Amino acid sequence: MIEVRKLVKLFGAKKVLRGLDFQAQEGEFVALLGPNGAGKSTFLRILASLSRPTAGSVRVAGFKLPAQAAALRARLGVVTHLPLLYGDLTAEENLRFYGRMYGIVNMSARIGEVLELIGLAPRRRDLVRTFSRGMQQRLAIGRAILHDPDVMLFDEPHTGLDQDACDMLDNVLREVAARGRTVILTSHDLARVEDLATRFDVLSRGVIAASTDRSGLRGNLLDFYRQALAN
Amino acid sequence: MDNRSPAVEQKASSTVHRPSSGFAQAVFAITWKDLTAELRSRELLSAMLVFALLVIIIFNFAIELEPKLRPVITPGVLWVTFVFAGTLGLNRSMAIEKDRGCLDGLLLAPVDRSAIFFGKMLGNLVFMFSVEIIVLPIYSVLYNINLFNPGLWMVILLGSIGYAAVGTLLSSMAVQTRTRDMLLPILLFPVIVPVLLAAVKASSGYLQGLEMTEITPWLNLLVAYDIIFLAVAYMVFEYVVEE
Repeated sequence: MIEVRKLVKLFGAKKVLRGLDFQAQEGEFVALLGPNGAGKSTFLRILASLSRPTAGSVRVAGFKLPAQAAALRARLGVVTHLPLLYGDLTAEENLRFYGRMYGIVNMSARIGEVLELIGLAPRRRDLVRTFSRGMQQRLAIGRAILHDPDVMLFDEPHTGLDQDACDMLDNVLREVAARGRTVILTSHDLARVEDLATRFDVLSRGVIAASTDRSGLRGNLLDFYRQALAN
Repeated sequence: MDNRSPAVEQKASSTVHRPSSGFAQAVFAITWKDLTAELRSRELLSAMLVFALLVIIIFNFAIELEPKLRPVITPGVLWVTFVFAGTLGLNRSMAIEKDRGCLDGLLLAPVDRSAIFFGKMLGNLVFMFSVEIIVLPIYSVLYNINLFNPGLWMVILLGSIGYAAVGTLLSSMAVQTRTRDMLLPILLFPVIVPVLLAAVKASSGYLQGLEMTEITPWLNLLVAYDIIFLAVAYMVFEYVVEE
């Protein structure tokens, strides 16, 4: 589903990604871990076709980037720590706007379905600027799954959320993953992703330093993470 | 996907349409979004309008004009007012997209990225027209100018299109920088000199009742400017907004 070979990304003279190799299969939920500045967000922005690779090959859902970026975007959902929503539109209007951008048919039915899934149906006519951070993040997930993407990218979606909002977000994430989507999630919250993901990759100094699936975790995730960074 | 349950897959395929959205649909969706949000907040229009009214009133106090000089001088005042007020709107319109990450949301949509440009430009054009419709009667009263002149309206239409096209393109460049509020006028004003010059000359020509042979070159310049910058924006917008 995702295949990355020898990916390099330069910002001026600064090398952020240094020949990164990465693979994810259909239906896999990969937690991408790493310290600040490791290149996680840059990597996700390249997968999302928001940034061009300097060198290397990137293939997502069968589409080669950046050449087939427009075709890929129809099958991709992205959630970041920013909600990518308009505060002066209602929840429903935000989804309707993105629905038009994605050419969704049976829009009202689909919007109703998504609002039910993220638990915001009762607030559908409220302006997004009146929402709490947690509600905005749930609506951001609704926006990202509106067009039923095959691949979902989450860039630190828990940032700025309180405990209850994080728990609620995790339930939505499980629901999203349970529908067979390939999910890549970056996070600093190891305890939280340990319950969510099926595979754990540690990105350090621009490459994947270590990778394991759930069965390969001998101790807890924190031990694996520390060991990966120490090597 | 293979491991989705058949029921979920069937449901999804009946409600979701994956191919890219139509170009026109995306353009109008962005314009609709900008207008709806502005109708709620009224941040952008009120700032543009207050600024435009202040400029035109200050000019009225600052310049004492003989009646026969008014059609010659005041089109300059009018266009400077439109340009200054328009710059406020252009800055704000793009800042809204950037500050909450919404520009990424637009760039993630499976549409030709030039649709984003045309959608934003159309919204900016509507905001400019809204300000112009309110400012023009006041201009008419303050400077005793007859507005019932179809030629003048055509010049305003052409000049506004050129200004909105260049302004939207340059504001999408400026918004990527930390100094966007200062950078936009610095980038924009030199580039719009031809449209400003042509619009002022053509407006003045219509208000003075000059022969069409004297006005036509300026109208041609306005039309050429509009076409060239719409084409340039169509071709380069994708690269301008890319990281």
